[in-house]
Order: sequence, then structure tokens, then C-alpha cells
Amino acid sequence: MAIFPPQTRIWWNEPVAKAELVWISVAFLWGLIMFFMMIYWHIYGQQNLSTQVGRIDPAVFEQRTNEFAEKFKVRDEGDTGVPVVRPPPGGDAYMLARTFDWWPVLELEKGKPYKLHISSVDLQHGFSLLPINMNIQVHPGLEHIITITPTEAGTYGVVCNEYCGLGHHQMTGRIYVVEPGQGG
Amino acid sequence: MSTAATESDYIGRLATKFRTCPATGLKVDLAAERLIKANAVAAVVFLMIGGTFGLLVALTRWPAVHLLSSDMFYLVLTAHGLDVLLLWIIFFEMAILYFASAVILSSRIAAPRWGWVGFALMVVGGLMTNVAVLQGDSSVMFTSYVPLKAQPHFYLGLILFAVGALIGCFIFLGTLVIAKEEKTYEGSIPLVTFGALTACIIAVFTIASGAIILIPTFLWSVGYIANIDTLTYKLVWWAMGHSSQQINVSAHVAIWYLIAAVTVGAKPLSEKVSRTAFLLYIFFLQLASAHHLLVEPGLSSEWKIVNTSYMMYLAVLGSMIHGMTVPGSIEAAQRKSGYTRGVFEWLRKAPWGNPAFAGMFLSLVMFGFLGGISGVILGTEQLNIMMHNTLYVPGHFHATVVTGTTLAFMAATYLIVPLIFQRQIIWPKLARLQPYLFGLGAAGISVFMMGAGTLGVARRHWDITFPASDVILPYGYPPIASLMMGLNGLSAILAAIGGALYIAITVGSILFGKKVDATNAVASLGPMPKKIVHEAVTKYGDAGTWHLPGTYVLVGLFFTTFILYYFVNWKYLSELWPMQ
Ligand code: HEM
Ligand SMILES: [Cu+2]
Ligand SMILES: [Cu+2]
Repeated sequence: MAIFPPQTRIWWNEPVAKAELVWISVAFLWGLIMFFMMIYWHIYGQQNLSTQVGRIDPAVFEQRTNEFAEKFKVRDEGDTGVPVVRPPPGGDAYMLARTFDWWPVLELEKGKPYKLHISSVDLQHGFSLLPINMNIQVHPGLEHIITITPTEAGTYGVVCNEYCGLGHHQMTGRIYVVEPGQGG
Repeated sequence: MSTAATESDYIGRLATKFRTCPATGLKVDLAAERLIKANAVAAVVFLMIGGTFGLLVALTRWPAVHLLSSDMFYLVLTAHGLDVLLLWIIFFEMAILYFASAVILSSRIAAPRWGWVGFALMVVGGLMTNVAVLQGDSSVMFTSYVPLKAQPHFYLGLILFAVGALIGCFIFLGTLVIAKEEKTYEGSIPLVTFGALTACIIAVFTIASGAIILIPTFLWSVGYIANIDTLTYKLVWWAMGHSSQQINVSAHVAIWYLIAAVTVGAKPLSEKVSRTAFLLYIFFLQLASAHHLLVEPGLSSEWKIVNTSYMMYLAVLGSMIHGMTVPGSIEAAQRKSGYTRGVFEWLRKAPWGNPAFAGMFLSLVMFGFLGGISGVILGTEQLNIMMHNTLYVPGHFHATVVTGTTLAFMAATYLIVPLIFQRQIIWPKLARLQPYLFGLGAAGISVFMMGAGTLGVARRHWDITFPASDVILPYGYPPIASLMMGLNGLSAILAAIGGALYIAITVGSILFGKKVDATNAVASLGPMPKKIVHEAVTKYGDAGTWHLPGTYVLVGLFFTTFILYYFVNWKYLSELWPMQ
């Protein structure tokens, strides 16, 4: 019994039953498969987070985002005062996180790659792109640059999913994806 | 050894008072017994408080009910995490450490006075942090990611609590040394004690990491340190936070073996295999914090892959081994007792009416199927993109830490009350139901939170309906998300009833239960297939032949589910926007 010392003193020399050995080998192999699956996906898969990251002063990031928004603004989002910004396909897009909003609203073309720069100017936030459910952690002082290619037109929500204070649930943003040449 | 030490040893031995357990024949040091009682009672009190908070959180996240205001929600959620994950679990683990060393080895406990110092530190620290949270200025969640800042006494309380727990670990180790020197047992320590030793070693590592991160954070909160790097904080914080989950796993696996031994007389199939599986936990703990950093900027993929997989899943291998050897040992014992018909007679005729056994077996199954599989999925570098910080995460860890650890600890309580408190369980009929009620409720909250998570519903979020009055860019989750949250709320009520029942039965039994003595000791442990506890002391059974078809079927089912679910998730991943 497990609450008494092993029955045989030299328990480490006891043979291991075959069924047990089989299961251990299968489980071990499965571990290897799962391990190499992650590497495989880095080589052949389409969905990998970039490791393109730089330290950045939050103030600098804020300034770059402002410049970006000014340059490519196409309209205001209703009467919210938030600009809708449409970067050129293949170009850089910025999204800034701060308590409690994602800024600005982006308009992207379907099927075109964009270099999305995300960072925070204050606390950590969680970039959750919905409904496709793609979630990325955002740190102040670190700029994450991810090349994304939207695959379907529509209106996407950005929700903060890293607790960032008492207004955390108010922190939302938006991304529009339009057919190439449309929108604006 | 110096004379002074020898002398104090001698005094220690003289001063120790033992009683003999009528059920098992073990010698029980009364000082150890008092410490076990104190820690177990503290654990149950915090479970009561923290569980109530959990119910309030779940009712708030149910859109149709939406109970608390936002400020209260974040406050209560912070308190829930702390009270259950830290206080309930760790107080109970202290009781387990003392039990697995002093009681199981029939030894006197090392330095019981220090045990009380540790206990007092843990109580004071736990209360201090609770006060900080309830005052309202420390709603930072139990993870307290910088630069969110709590009141200094929030961190100070955690530090005191950790120091107290560290003292408990050293008492455990000291007791092992004493038992060895005073030859209270022959050969190697029992498997249950070995599992507890694993937990203890990991705990020491964990608490060291905790000190490395919490002390600077405390100094930062009082203004002595200007800045704490956000990524470093997370890395080190989770070296504590995730490794401590490995403590829980080691502890509850030890409990599985303990309950299987006491209730059906199960004997490890192979000491070597089971012990090696525990060792894998220690060797391949790795930087377990990697699990929590898979979508963070600033870390290389190579680092993420090696660490998140615990070096090619060797720690997971440990759990998969226990997942076979625990049911296997039960099947072998049951077959030895004569339940040999068909593939599953051993399981059907298991003592399902004994809450210790029922809780243990439910814990085993749900930990594996719900918690284990979802944990591996979450911990896969790319798959994490679809789940990070969604409700999938709390869904997963309620399966591990509630249906796994908490349910196992509850089950153990049905043995600890008669063995240590020497009281019979009151309301045996309700006690019989309790693990099923709580288990079903806890499984429900796990599954429905995971379900909501796959729809992208954020964790730690007060209002997923985003009313226009609150947000300028509202987003609507699909309606089924609200349904999930409603089912989660219903399950929470069920779990709360099961939890309340557990507390009522435990407290009631300690206060009003019939005294246990030699005449009713074995019967007090609940219904069993055969009264084996008494014989087992003098004579060990043989695990018998290795013909365990029922276990092969269970393991095969588990493995098939695992593989299918794993690849289904890769399929979902491939449908996301391409990104690199
Ligand atoms: C009646 C039983 C319980 C219910 C109804 C319950 C329910 C919940 C709910 C709804 C959440 C919130 C998820 C979110 O919004 O992010 C939560 C969080 C959590 N629960 Fe429980 N829970 C229960 C028991 C437990 C137990 C026994 C443990 C630990 C042993 C536990 C550990 C946690 C932790 C660590 C969190 C995360 C807190 C955070 O995100 O900071 N829960 N629980
Ligand atoms: Cu945020
Ligand atoms: Cu937030």
C-alpha cells in the first residue's frame, strides 16, 4: 500500500510490467509529436506570432501612432471623435492601447498584408480580436510588430482581455476589413 | 552531532506524546495532530470565504443576473483568487505535509513550535492581504501584474504567508530526517510520503521565486524602487505561480494514492514507475512560467517551445503515468478482492458510496480529461493565440485546481476527520452526495467557461454585453456566449451547494461527530468493498497479475480524446488570419 514502505526493499530493481512500459513509451512518443508539432508549424504553418519586437519609449510610440493617424485618416467613426485610419496595403498600421481604449479604428483591405504595430502607453493590456479570437499580450515599452492578412471582410471588435483597472470592461476598439478598393 | 543537539533531541523524544490510531495502527504524535487540525481548519474557513466570492463572481458574469457593480466585481474576483488558490490550497497542503511525514511515518514531528510560528505567519499574512483587498484599493487580481499597484500590505501579507509556508516545508523535511534517524520505518519512505516530498521540494523552489519577485514589488509599492520591468515581473511571478500548480498536482496525486490505499487497499503497481513519475515533476519543471508568456512580445519562440513543453512534455508524461497507475492499482486491488467479472466489474463494485473514494475517482477522471488535455492545448505555443486570457483559461484551471485538487482534498477530508479529528462524519447520506454535487458543478464551470473562451469571451471582465452607455465602440459576442455564461452561473450554484455541504459536514463532524474509538474506527472511514485497512498494516497484498483490461480501456479512451481534441485545435488555428 502506498502508505507503507515499499514491500520489497530493493524496489528499484523490480521489473516493470509490459503494459506499463507500452503506455510509457506511447505517452513519451506523443510528447515528442506534440513538441515537434510546434516546430513544424513554425516552418509550414501560417499562424505564428512574430518575434519582431523592440523596446520603445511609450511616448515615442504614442507620437508615431498620432502621426500615422493624421496621415492616413479617412473619416471619423460616427460621432465618437475616433478617427478611422486606412493604411496603404502592405504598409504599417499602428494600434495603441491605453486605459481605456484601443486607438485608432483601422480600416484594412481583405487579402493584403499589414505590419501591425501594437504597444501600450501605460499598463499591460490584452489585444483580443473578435470574433476570430486572436489574442496578444501588450506591454508598455515593448512594440510588437505582427504581419497580419485579413481573410474576410467585415467589422471586427477589439476587446481588452488583460485586466487593466476598474474601467477594463470599457476598453474596446474596432477594425474594419473591406474588399480591395472599397470603403474609405 | 554536538552534545547540545543530542540533548535537545533526547528531550524532544521524551516530550513527545503519541497515541495509536485504532484504524491503522499508526503512532500519531499529538503535536503533529494539533498542527494538522489547525491548518485543515484554516483551509476550510478560507474555502468558505473564497468559494462564496467565486459564486458572486459567477453570478455577475451571468448577463441576465449581473449581480455586482464593476468595482465590487474586480474586488471580489481578486479576493476569490487569493482565498481559494493560495489560502485554501496551501493551508491544506501544510496539513498534508505534516500528515504524510509525522503520521504516516509514525514519527514525532520536528520543531512543532516552529510549526505554530509558521501557521501564525500564514494566518496573519492571509488576513493582511484580505484586508488590503477588501479595503478596495488593491483590486489588482491575485497576479498583481505591474504596473498595476496595490497597497503595500497586499504584498507584505503575501510575503508573510510565504515565509510561514516555507517554515512548514522545513518542518516536513526535518521530520523525514528524524524518522530516518529514529528508524520509525523500514526501507524507503512510502509512496504517499514520496509524493509529498516532491510537493515540498517544488514548494521551496516556488517560494524562493515568490520572494525574488514579491519583495522588490513590495519595495516598489512603498516607493523604494522606481520601476519594475513588466516582462521580468511576469516571468518570475509565474515561476512561482505555475510551479505552485505542480505542488498541487504532486499533492493531489499523493492523495489519490492515499485514498486508493485506504478505501480499496490499492498498492502501487510498480514503486519504481510511480516514483519516477513524481521525479519527472521535479526535473522537468523548467520555466513553467513560459505557459503564461506564449503571446508576449520580447521572448524567442525557441525559448517558448522548450519551456512550455517542459522539455518535450516530460512532466506531462509524469501525469500520464499516474493517470494509468492510479486506476490500474485500484483495478488490481479490486480484482484481488474478487471483482473479476467482465472488464468493469471492479469499477462498478467500487465503493461509490464512500465520499472519499468517489471524490478521489472523480478528481482523477476530471483532472485528466478536462484539466490535463485543455492544459496541454493551452500550453502549445501557437494554439495559445486562440485562448490566451479568454475564459478558456479559468475554465482550464478550474478543471485542474477545483475538480482536480480541491475535490481530492475534499475527499481526503472524509478520512482526515475520522483519523485525525477522531470524529465520525455526520450526515453520511449527504456526505455521500457531496462529491457528486460539487464535482458536477465544478465540471460545469470548467466546461462552460472553456466553451465561452472558444468564442473569445474575455476573462476578468465585468460586462460582456458592452452597453452603449459604457463603451464607445461596442462589440457583440454571439448570443451563445450569454448562454454559456448562464450555464456557468447555474453550475456555479450547484458547485456552491456542494461546497457549502462540504463545509457544513466538515465543521459539523468536527464539532458534533460521534467520537471514534477502537470499536468503530474502521467503519468510520466509510463503506468499503472489504475491510482491508486493518489487515494491511501487518500484511501487504500483492498487486497480482498484470491483467487490467478496464484500465486499458480508460487509458485508451483518454488518449483518443486527447489526440482528436489536439488536432481539432490545430485545424481551428489554421482558419485564423495568417500572421507572422
Ligand atoms: C463554488 C466554487 C467556484 C466558483 C463558482 C468559481 C467561479 C469562478 C469564476 C466565475 C471565475 C471568474 C473568471 C473570470 O471572470 O475571469 C473564477 C476565477 C478564479 N477561480 Fe474560481 N470558482 C470556484 C472555486 C474555485 C476554487 C476552489 C479555486 C481554487 C482552488 C478557484 C480558483 C480561481 C482562480 C485562481 C480564479 C482566477 C482569478 C483571477 O482571474 O484573478 N475557484 N472562479
Ligand atoms: Cu486594457
Ligand atoms: Cu483591460
